[in-house]
Amino acid sequence: MRVYLTRRLLQSLLVLLGVSFVVFFILHLTGDPALVLLPPDAAAEDVQRFREAMGFNDPFLVQYGRFLTGALRGDFGQSVRHGEPAFHLVIERMPATFELAGAALLIALVLSVPAGIISAVRRNTSLDYVSTVVALLGQSMPTFWLGIMLILVFSVQWNLLPSSGRGGLEHLLLPAITLGLFTTARITRLTRSGMLEVLNQDYIRTARAKGVSDPPVIWKHALKNAAIPIVTIVGIELGTLLGGSVITETIFAWPGVGRLSVQAIYNRDYPVVQAAVFLLSSTFVLVNLVVDVLYTYLDPRIRLR
Amino acid sequence: MSVPAGAIALPAARAPARREWVVFLRRLARRRTALFGLVVVGLVVVGALGAPWLTTWDPVEQDITNRLRPPGSSGPAGRVHVLGTDHLGRDILARIVFGARPALMVGFAAVAISGLLGMGVGLLSGYFGGRTDDVCMRLADIQLAFPFILLAIAVIGVLGPSLPVIIVVIGVSSWVVYARVVRGSVLSLREREFVQAALALGSRDGRVVLHHILPNALTPWLVVATLDMARVIVIESALSFLGLGVQPPTPTWGGMLADGRVYISTAWWLATFPGLAILFTVLGINLFGDGLRDTLDPRLKV
Repeated sequence: MRVYLTRRLLQSLLVLLGVSFVVFFILHLTGDPALVLLPPDAAAEDVQRFREAMGFNDPFLVQYGRFLTGALRGDFGQSVRHGEPAFHLVIERMPATFELAGAALLIALVLSVPAGIISAVRRNTSLDYVSTVVALLGQSMPTFWLGIMLILVFSVQWNLLPSSGRGGLEHLLLPAITLGLFTTARITRLTRSGMLEVLNQDYIRTARAKGVSDPPVIWKHALKNAAIPIVTIVGIELGTLLGGSVITETIFAWPGVGRLSVQAIYNRDYPVVQAAVFLLSSTFVLVNLVVDVLYTYLDPRIRLR
Repeated sequence: MSVPAGAIALPAARAPARREWVVFLRRLARRRTALFGLVVVGLVVVGALGAPWLTTWDPVEQDITNRLRPPGSSGPAGRVHVLGTDHLGRDILARIVFGARPALMVGFAAVAISGLLGMGVGLLSGYFGGRTDDVCMRLADIQLAFPFILLAIAVIGVLGPSLPVIIVVIGVSSWVVYARVVRGSVLSLREREFVQAALALGSRDGRVVLHHILPNALTPWLVVATLDMARVIVIESALSFLGLGVQPPTPTWGGMLADGRVYISTAWWLATFPGLAILFTVLGINLFGDGLRDTLDPRLKV
């Protein structure tokens, strides 16, 4: 178990190292970062001086080393646009993004796990068909369109909920539903197929043959075993939610990291883009590390390795 | 390699190929939802290929006097705008039909790139195992750690939006699912008797991988490719929605949605119909992909 955890920890660090390299490389894709960061009408000698000052003339790996040591101390450079440290700008907006992603995940879990279980237990009934069709639609619907349609119905037509900004629960509802729908659909389908598979296992038949009634069979015997793939997908879906927040935040003017990074890309404010991509990726890696630790409690087979 | 042994091993695997196809098609046709999905995808492909002949309106021609007309309004010379016009007086139906082109182009091309890339990595990783496998799987972890859309818009933002850039960015960053699925099949195929037999007969690695393993790993790969196509089309429209997709005046579904968003309180049809086009297309692909999976490989988890 300790060996397993140490190995997972080392793997996560390795992944973060790789992430930092890609993030660093993004700015160098253009060929000359100095031309990207300076206004287009900058004089040639200014460009040269800037290049020297920023260390863009150093060997590639030296520059990467400098970027990495900076990133580890939370130093991604100054925002070109705001004149503030990029790290601060991103960290400031993290709570808003977590709030949105957390609410979306909560909605998804509350809806999808019961829906998936009912679907599996009452297989081939009208309940199952309704939930399957809704899940399929949810998986096929583009987030940004759903968001616009929700605004059209709930904000424009019925004037019930605000269409933009962050505030109380009423501000959170529409963006959280928008962001959470795809995840809801995915987990519903996964729970359904996982439960169906487990319900056909010998140990369920044994429990039933012993005379255990329906509810405990489903909740204690079946769900516990079906929960393993659900926990895995929750970790992976968090990546979808953090990435999807880019679009949802843009539609609902939600002041989070996603909206900040889209604006930073339009403004060619690359230090902010780098900090945002790096911090969101790190969050994802960290959450998946936690998920893997949780896993060892759910699935004792891993603990024995 | 001795000739008689090879001659015994191969024909058995190849002879029934044609009949299997027919059986497969029959089984697929019995799934009504899959068939429905196939018809939908077929319609979209026909729409994209035949766009100029399917609509009498020019998708980029502006007509400011007839802007924001609701669905069913008649334009000049008594021709009807079935789905209305947008803020520049362009026919929405024509733009939707033409918008299928960039969506499908990005879809097919990006899936081809990521599918081939992922298959290569999966074959290497599964067949050679050990150090190669470790390196490939860590690369996969790194790739998965990025919030996909954010990475895509960052790279496209730097390189500038154009069709090839969009295709390559989506293609290069979507290989992980393919690699994992192919690796999984290779791991189990490698232990099978026919592979062990080929190895025992002295076949070289390249031959074993290409002739014995690859054909048997294709089925799950195909299922993944189909379902991934749906995801890629959503991403393409998301990028155009953010203004980082194929640039105007080429009509794109995402771009139309972005335009329509501004007029959401006065002209609902601008944003509604392109969204339905995406939903319809993606739903069709998903239904077909689900059917394909249930027919070919029901235990595959994708």
